[in-house]
Amino acid sequence: MTKITYREAVRAGLREALQGDPRVFLMGEDVGKYGGTYACSKGFLEEFGPERIRDTPLSESTFVGAGIGAALGGMKPIVEVMTVNFSLLALDQIVNNAATIRHMSGGQFSIPLVVRMATGAGRQVAAQHSHSLEGWYAHIPGITVLAPATVTDARGMLLAALQEPDPVFIFEHAYLYPLEGELDESALPVDLIHAAIRRAGSDISLITFGGSLWKALEAADQLAHEGISAEVVDLRILRPLDISTVWASVRKTHRAVVIDEGWRTGSFAAEVSAQIMEGAFFDLDSPVARVCSVEVPIPYPKHLEDAALPQPEKIALTVRNVLGG
Amino acid sequence: MDAVVDRDHALDLLRQMLRIRRFEEKCAELYSGGKIRGFLHLYIGEEAVAVGAMPCFTSEDAIVGTYREHGHALIRGTPMGPLMAELYGKANGCARGRGGSMHFFDATRRFYGGLAIVGGGLPVAVGLALADNMQQRRRVTACFFGDGAVAEGEFHESLNLAALWKLPVLFLCENNLYAMGTALGRHQSQTDIARKADAYAVPAEAVNGMDVLEVEAATRKAVDFVRTGHGPYLLEYRTYRFRAHSMYDAELYRTKDEVAQWKQRDPIALFHQQLRTEGYVTDADLDNMETAIAAEIAEAVSFAEMSPWEPMEDLTKDVYTAKNGFHRSAQS
Repeated sequence: MTKITYREAVRAGLREALQGDPRVFLMGEDVGKYGGTYACSKGFLEEFGPERIRDTPLSESTFVGAGIGAALGGMKPIVEVMTVNFSLLALDQIVNNAATIRHMSGGQFSIPLVVRMATGAGRQVAAQHSHSLEGWYAHIPGITVLAPATVTDARGMLLAALQEPDPVFIFEHAYLYPLEGELDESALPVDLIHAAIRRAGSDISLITFGGSLWKALEAADQLAHEGISAEVVDLRILRPLDISTVWASVRKTHRAVVIDEGWRTGSFAAEVSAQIMEGAFFDLDSPVARVCSVEVPIPYPKHLEDAALPQPEKIALTVRNVLGG
Repeated sequence: MDAVVDRDHALDLLRQMLRIRRFEEKCAELYSGGKIRGFLHLYIGEEAVAVGAMPCFTSEDAIVGTYREHGHALIRGTPMGPLMAELYGKANGCARGRGGSMHFFDATRRFYGGLAIVGGGLPVAVGLALADNMQQRRRVTACFFGDGAVAEGEFHESLNLAALWKLPVLFLCENNLYAMGTALGRHQSQTDIARKADAYAVPAEAVNGMDVLEVEAATRKAVDFVRTGHGPYLLEYRTYRFRAHSMYDAELYRTKDEVAQWKQRDPIALFHQQLRTEGYVTDADLDNMETAIAAEIAEAVSFAEMSPWEPMEDLTKDVYTAKNGFHRSAQS
């Protein structure tokens, strides 16, 4: 086990990918000279050269579409869209081209494209830079949606994504980049199939992903002091969703809280909740509860932003309500 | 007739334009008969563009088309049978019947659609060219789009990026004067499309898209420029669609007079006339041509009629690449 930051883990994955396959290249806004907005590609321009580390204009739709074209042309592009907020400008390419071309062409074309972007709130950057839209992307058949929450997944999922013949979208929670974790070398290569039990428990299942994993774990710690044993399930992959692991957990604990930084209405948590109802309804001792973001554009001041987002205290309170109810 | 144009080649150009015209006339008939559904955007009137342009590309080059791409796929070499079967939505279609009229694909001929969101093909073409450059292949990517696409951000972004990275993309604007029903002058402050390219340092030229020889000559020159590593080039083909935007519209946006004027410049009639005057083609030649095309169309229709429907159990096949049951088991 080595202790590294999430940023270093992403960087290690990128570096390994670039070293391991000449078809891999990185393009996006400020990935080169600037070293990456989150410094994930610092020094790469010098190490790998401008052919493979490409600074792009602020043209999200076109550089994501160029990633699709380059993948069709035999390359393995990693496209960094600085943040999920800007990915909205590339939605046409993602939804209409990346996700459809394989099926619509009758299976004639593969698009081995990896798109990475930072997601999430919690850094006081206000409404236009704080979106959590992974759930939207998970709605779309034809793409794979990953939410690495640990340093092992931050590195490993990128490498696994590059082995996929179809488009993969990786959502890195911006709050996680400076956080340290233990890199579990024995867990590499990681799979892109299974959810993971991050903490075993018997009284209730906390089901979550991405940046919210750490809040759920913190809540589980608090609850343990009160004698409540919470199991924490990290979904890891939003599409395809490994609902079997979720059902197995719920069958054990009989209660579930789904935590999702997306807004509550139409959230990914709503999908998980529906699937629990479809597959494990008779195992439940109480209704599935959700902790999501308050339905408001994420505000700038810290006290309001904190109040808008899922927090360990809110998760713990919800758990107590579910158990008490 | 320009002496440099070989008679066989000239006859072939005429024949190819007629193939598109007759094929699409048949499509319109089959649409009215309910065999073809959905949108059906006919290319009738614009045939000189695809026919003049396509011979300028090698089989290694890539073609990115739009929803009005029947002619391009046909001239690129996809047999008429699979194209007709695609229009029928049948499993022997060039995209297993999943795309229909707007989504012809043919991997063996590097035909990348059939991409039907206006402007959406340009970034993909830029990426295909980038892949060629990075793999040191001297190939060209031909990207067709209409005048409507120049209003999209992706047009501007793609010209800029292709020029910035000196990529071998040939941007081919088929300017038929209408973005669906909105005339160019009603949606563009600058109607000279070549001048837009100038803003991105992309050389550009406007050509008469109703003259197949002019289209071919200009395209050949542009392809040479792009293939020899000079970066992208834009051609604006000035052309006109004789039919509605899709199968039916009330054509409130243009006058009958205007359509009639343009029909005077029918690329097939004019070229035929030209060849006749020069003694390149006899009436018997034309009859033979028409007979052969009619037979080809009849065979394509019969191919489509006999083609099976895709089995229901294949509905979700190829959403993802099949791989150890990965997505299917997880998403059942």
